[in-house]
Amino acid sequence: MQYSKKVIEHFTRPHNQGVIKKPSGVGMVGNPHCGDLMKIYIKVKKCKKRGEVIDDIKFETLGCASAIATSSMITDLAKNKTLEEAMKITRNDVAEALEGLPPLKMHCSNLADDGLHEAIKDYLNNRKS
Amino acid sequence: MKKIYLDYAATTPVAKEVLKEMLPYFSEKFGNAMSIHSSGQVALKAVDGARLKIASFFNATAPEIIFTGGATESNNLVIKGILKSYYSNFKSKPHIITSAFEHHCVLDACKAAEKEGLAEVTYVKPASDGVIDEKEIEKLIKSNTIMISIMYVNNEIGTVQPIAKIGKIVKKKNETRKENYFPIVFHTDATQAVNYFDCDVKKLNVDLLSMWAHKIYGPKGVGLLYVKRGTPIKKIQDGGDQEYKMRAGTHNVPGIVGLGAAIAEIKNQKSKIKIKDLRDYLIKRVLAEIPKAKLSGSKIKRSPNNANFNFQDVEGEGLLLSLDMDGIACSTGSACSSGALSPSHVLLSIGLKPEEAHGSLRITIGKYTTKKEIDFAINKIKSTVERLRKISGNVLQDFYKK
Repeated sequence: MQYSKKVIEHFTRPHNQGVIKKPSGVGMVGNPHCGDLMKIYIKVKKCKKRGEVIDDIKFETLGCASAIATSSMITDLAKNKTLEEAMKITRNDVAEALEGLPPLKMHCSNLADDGLHEAIKDYLNNRKS
Repeated sequence: MKKIYLDYAATTPVAKEVLKEMLPYFSEKFGNAMSIHSSGQVALKAVDGARLKIASFFNATAPEIIFTGGATESNNLVIKGILKSYYSNFKSKPHIITSAFEHHCVLDACKAAEKEGLAEVTYVKPASDGVIDEKEIEKLIKSNTIMISIMYVNNEIGTVQPIAKIGKIVKKKNETRKENYFPIVFHTDATQAVNYFDCDVKKLNVDLLSMWAHKIYGPKGVGLLYVKRGTPIKKIQDGGDQEYKMRAGTHNVPGIVGLGAAIAEIKNQKSKIKIKDLRDYLIKRVLAEIPKAKLSGSKIKRSPNNANFNFQDVEGEGLLLSLDMDGIACSTGSACSSGALSPSHVLLSIGLKPEEAHGSLRITIGKYTTKKEIDFAINKIKSTVERLRKISGNVLQDFYKK
């Protein structure tokens, strides 16, 4: 598999890997059948100027190198973003920040944006209840 | 960085002795074995010499050995050539039996025959230890069964199939078959077996046997099909009259010489014992030192060079990539490494869950593997599995709790 340097970097030394103990929201995507399973944890902080901001974000991922690298990259992209900004992050943004993904991996292991969006939705639901 | 090659089931390096025998047949003795002039005769002599050596290895006669471009071609020739022969005399749809964990060249040829309405196919499932029960096959044989194709040694999990026993059953069934009807033809793909197991075609009771040179320290692009005298099979490729009119196309003379040389090298019992000892050591250490590791397939009925593990909470492609960065080459049944959507059909056929198949690592060693390399590899596997498990955390358990 031909991966970019950036993918290899994030696969070998992923950023923000782990668990947030009392998260504001959690998003789990993927399934064991196709091999990639991703869990994104967020901690939301209210900021006077900007509104609700992702103060901390972590991930756990069972999956291929590209699944791990996209998880790591989404945490970098989403950190300190407002919820609105974070909702706008797409899988193309993730792929671009990783200097590209093999075409095959664009679909199957590039789930991190879904994971992030699920975590935000989870937070919004939690807040309502 | 030193490279450690632990993927001998994928391919092997051409042995120095083999290469040496091949070299004159590229530029110096380059003749076409079908030419009448002396240059052609030199080539023909080399082809015939190789054929004799090979025939003796398989306990066959020279005209029963058909050189092909490899086992994929041989297997295609078997499935398609037998069907062609059948349809030259009969009209009703015949039945084929094969296993669910054959190589894709057999499986896909069978699926194509099904799709084209040429045959009805039964795919026998192996038991959870990766071995097919010959009694199961006996039960499946019907009055219109014309072909059974079962591999000798599985390429992913290395399990050995009871070929001689199946052959015996087929023989008996054929004796009771009504006259003038097509016999049951028994084929085995022996690609992964030739290095380590008895390939005497008489003992195996097979009509057809395929193999490939590059799995036995020979060159790529050349293999053979043993065709027992009298087997009803037709050629599927048109062209010249080479190979007893069974396989058209100019002989790959250096390749055939290489295949002959590689076969002649398979004698060394000592190296086989060494390989088995090393492999046993590998399995023992991995299972003892890495928690939640499992071996797939029977430990006993297994090729001495194969180990296939799966590690819970680890995905194979990432594991493979990490090991490659450390200079270690092996293989995985994870879909993510091959571009397929599902993980290994072999691992699923013996009852592994998809996530277990995704977390598989196949290590196949060979005659150049050393204990030092195995030790280095085990240590790297240990640290990589640990690292990847840290990344995956409890995500799998959480998924099932959900």
